[in-house]
Amino acid sequence: MASTLTDARPLRRGRVWDHFSITTKRVIWAWAFLALPVVFYGVIRFYPTFQAFNLSFTDWDLLRPAQYIGFENYRTLLADPEFWQVFGNTFAYLVIGTPISLVISFVVAYHLDQVRFMHAFLRALYFLPFLTTAAAMAWVWRWFYQPVPIGIINSALSGAGLPTQPFLRSTEQALPAIMATAVWAGLGFQVIIFMAGLRAIPTTFYEAARIDGLGAWAILRKITLPLLKPTTVFLVVFSSIGFLRIFDQVYNMTTNDPGGPLNSTKPLVLMIYQTAFSSFDMGYAAAQTVALFTILLLVSLLQLWVLRAK
Amino acid sequence: MHNLTLRAGLSAGIGLLATSATAQQVEIEYWQYIFDTRVQAMDQLIENFEAANPDISVTQTTFPYADYQTRVVAANLAGQGPDVVQLFYGWTDNFVRGELIQPLDPEVFPHDEIEAEFFPIVSAMKRGDDYYGLPTAVRSLALFYNKDLFEAAGLDPDSPPETLDELVEYGRATIQRDGGGNMTSAGMALGNAGQDHQWWREVLIRQFGGQPYSDDGLGVAYNDAAGIAATEFQSTLYGDDGIGEIGFMDEPQAAFRAGLAAMTIDGTFRLGAFGEIDSFDWGVTELPANADGMRSNYASYFANAIGARAEGAELEAAERFLQYITSQEAMAIWLDVVGELPARRDAALTDANLADPVYAPFLAGLDYAHTTVFVDEIAQRQVALDMETRIVLQDQPIDEAVAQAAEEEQAILDAFYEDQ
Amino acid sequence: MTALTDPARVLTTGPRIRPGRVLTWTLLLIGGVVMVTPLLFMFSTSLKTAGQVYDLRLIPAAPTVANYVEVLSDGRFLRWFLNSMFVAVTVTLSNVFFDSMVGYTLAKFTFRGRYFVFIAILSTLMIPTEMLVIPWYLMSAQFGWIDTYWGIMFPGMMTAFGTFLMKQFFETVPDDFLEAARIDGLNEFTIWWKIAMPLVAPALSALAIFTFLGNWTAFFWPLIVTNSADRYTLPVGLSSFAVEQSIQWEMIMTGAALATVPTLIVFLVLQRYIVRGVMLAGLKG
Repeated sequence: MASTLTDARPLRRGRVWDHFSITTKRVIWAWAFLALPVVFYGVIRFYPTFQAFNLSFTDWDLLRPAQYIGFENYRTLLADPEFWQVFGNTFAYLVIGTPISLVISFVVAYHLDQVRFMHAFLRALYFLPFLTTAAAMAWVWRWFYQPVPIGIINSALSGAGLPTQPFLRSTEQALPAIMATAVWAGLGFQVIIFMAGLRAIPTTFYEAARIDGLGAWAILRKITLPLLKPTTVFLVVFSSIGFLRIFDQVYNMTTNDPGGPLNSTKPLVLMIYQTAFSSFDMGYAAAQTVALFTILLLVSLLQLWVLRAK
Repeated sequence: MHNLTLRAGLSAGIGLLATSATAQQVEIEYWQYIFDTRVQAMDQLIENFEAANPDISVTQTTFPYADYQTRVVAANLAGQGPDVVQLFYGWTDNFVRGELIQPLDPEVFPHDEIEAEFFPIVSAMKRGDDYYGLPTAVRSLALFYNKDLFEAAGLDPDSPPETLDELVEYGRATIQRDGGGNMTSAGMALGNAGQDHQWWREVLIRQFGGQPYSDDGLGVAYNDAAGIAATEFQSTLYGDDGIGEIGFMDEPQAAFRAGLAAMTIDGTFRLGAFGEIDSFDWGVTELPANADGMRSNYASYFANAIGARAEGAELEAAERFLQYITSQEAMAIWLDVVGELPARRDAALTDANLADPVYAPFLAGLDYAHTTVFVDEIAQRQVALDMETRIVLQDQPIDEAVAQAAEEEQAILDAFYEDQ
Repeated sequence: MTALTDPARVLTTGPRIRPGRVLTWTLLLIGGVVMVTPLLFMFSTSLKTAGQVYDLRLIPAAPTVANYVEVLSDGRFLRWFLNSMFVAVTVTLSNVFFDSMVGYTLAKFTFRGRYFVFIAILSTLMIPTEMLVIPWYLMSAQFGWIDTYWGIMFPGMMTAFGTFLMKQFFETVPDDFLEAARIDGLNEFTIWWKIAMPLVAPALSALAIFTFLGNWTAFFWPLIVTNSADRYTLPVGLSSFAVEQSIQWEMIMTGAALATVPTLIVFLVLQRYIVRGVMLAGLKG
């Protein structure tokens, strides 16, 4: 392909070029357009993908030359209780985060769509967090979650006479607390997409339904939700992948005890980061990335299958 | 085959970058991690050094502490790397094994001089017959206390706690809670996320009659009655009737600096930051003794080593720079700017320093301090941190918590020494 | 938070004021205020002194810009801001150019291997970037890209998402337009650049907004590939700054505000376009 490009250029104005049929010229043009991108995808996407698989079979640690060790990394991974805990955490982010954020964003979008008064202003309130930097806002949330006297939420609880909560200092609450930050940041996007989906539903459907005497609840169930399915599928897959890859928030909210307390908030991507860039255990980290890839693939396929169009 | 590609890539990288330096001006690179006062002090040292050696120019490059080791390794992989590099003494094995640093030439740095002039903990930089680096400064721990809070609680601000029992007593006197039972000001800001894991490992365990590691350093030795007693004592500090809470104000030092903790244990390196406090008076005292009057301390240091890639004129320049930054003059500047104690006896044990109310307790501590031979400092800290978390959050019985920590830490040691 | 549904309202239009509607509006407003609370408190705390941080009132008793002066004094934030801007703009331009070029080729040319190229590019969507960072890092180390702008940018110079998006849009461009240009003797590059591109301008702005946002807030790869403070992007710089501040919340909030507020203002001004862009990209993508 690359040679087609180099050949094409000098020939363009020459006689040979004129001999080509229009179709051939267009093919040459097509490959000229694609030449650089094809090299890019080959070198920056495909080769590294194979290299990741390849590295996962080595014991490479940056310091000493790599050696093939077969499936040793995978055996270690499957026998590592930390991996299974991290695996569970990663799914907890997904299984709790996705439905909660979708339900909230749908309810907001459904009602926001019908509001005319100060519509743009209200929409902006919901949309703004999506435009923030997760790394920066993680620190704001970390501050919100502090115990008294510095933490806002606990100070409010305490002021109202309610018991204060440990939030990030708890193996049960820390994960939901961090997840809330991610839900907060992603909500605006989902609201906007849901609204776009709602508007794409032709009004004739509603009119027909009203003529049939359907109540609003029935319309929601029988018209809106089914017709919104493509949007919902997109958002489910999109937000699931987001939660499975959560990193920025966890990294910044737990700098003292990364992924803690007791690894209760550690997602797979943080484990990969630590293995690769704190312990230099590149081979083992590569095996973990293969595990992440497999999980993402299976979850996406499963969701597409469950939510497939009938 | 992969092996081969890696190596080919590496040597290509090295070949590209190992172009010769200019004949006249030698440029060398110094690396350390980001810590405000340390960077300032080094800027000052570089300025002095360049004034005295106009033919050498030194560039300082800094990285965040958390990623520091990775950066050094990565640069080495890329065929780059510093001429003089700062490293934690506990990383020496890794750096030597990865061929990141080279041994010091005994002609330039005679061993008998090193051993006579530096504090003995410098021996942790020796592997076989070679020294791999020298420190500018050493660090030890002490008890910081807030004089204003002492006074408010009716305590004498000039007689801080001397023993562990008094520590608890003073803590009880100074802790404050609101009507809802929430702590609003700590008697002691604590937590293994700060420096308390060092206090536990090298001080408390010894004060309760044990020792953290076996004499050959290969085994964890704190899973015994002494280790459990030490951990038990530490857990009462943050227990229900304790003198502080883990995680208060996020970090112990933050609580102390905010004036919301009467006491905290921290190191010399914190002097710079605490020096900026102007809302209250604070003092420093030696770490409390046990009932028998026995004291201990934890000493550590960052050493400066010469990068494996320095050779020829750059090596010579690097040696001269290393000589300067480990000289008495440099140590005095470092003490002044960073607050870390000089690594040479003569520079440290001056009359002025021994009479200084802030430096004296740290210097005293240096006298009876122990140095942990970490094989993986981050992982070993995490073990202590997790032990504490299990006790606080999961009510794990102390003996089980200690046993589990010992098991986890032993695994880290085993993995490291097996590899050797 | 606004789980109340008033069934009768679904089909009503027009500005009639009804109690149910007022309630919905109020609940939406409360929810919206909750959404921006973290931003408000971040900003408010950045205007407080260390001593006032414990006063949790939203309006500072004695607002001061001293924190901003201190944080900005060493020029690092400005540097990080410019780094982020450079990286995000360059990557965005590259994506707008290459993704649309590839999308156009795949939509409007017929040649053997087209389907294969399309599927190959699309399949990279299945590969999470986390899987590629180790090889990328190794590659960067070998080619000396670590701690360079190119090192930060190279993985994102083209994306399958953008290519797919642009292909979808170019397919809606009628062939007649392009044929007419061809008869006029324009070459294929000019046809694409001058004729086809303007026809998909809304899609281009959607792609640009998406790419810019993604790179502006990117954290994971820049964190890995940058070494020195001079090369940090804003999110990485902020994170390292926050750690360095040893939990001085007023300083951290000032840093966070500097990292978010200027761009939030720009985004707010462009909100209509961004929302439209997100809708477009979300629906077609």
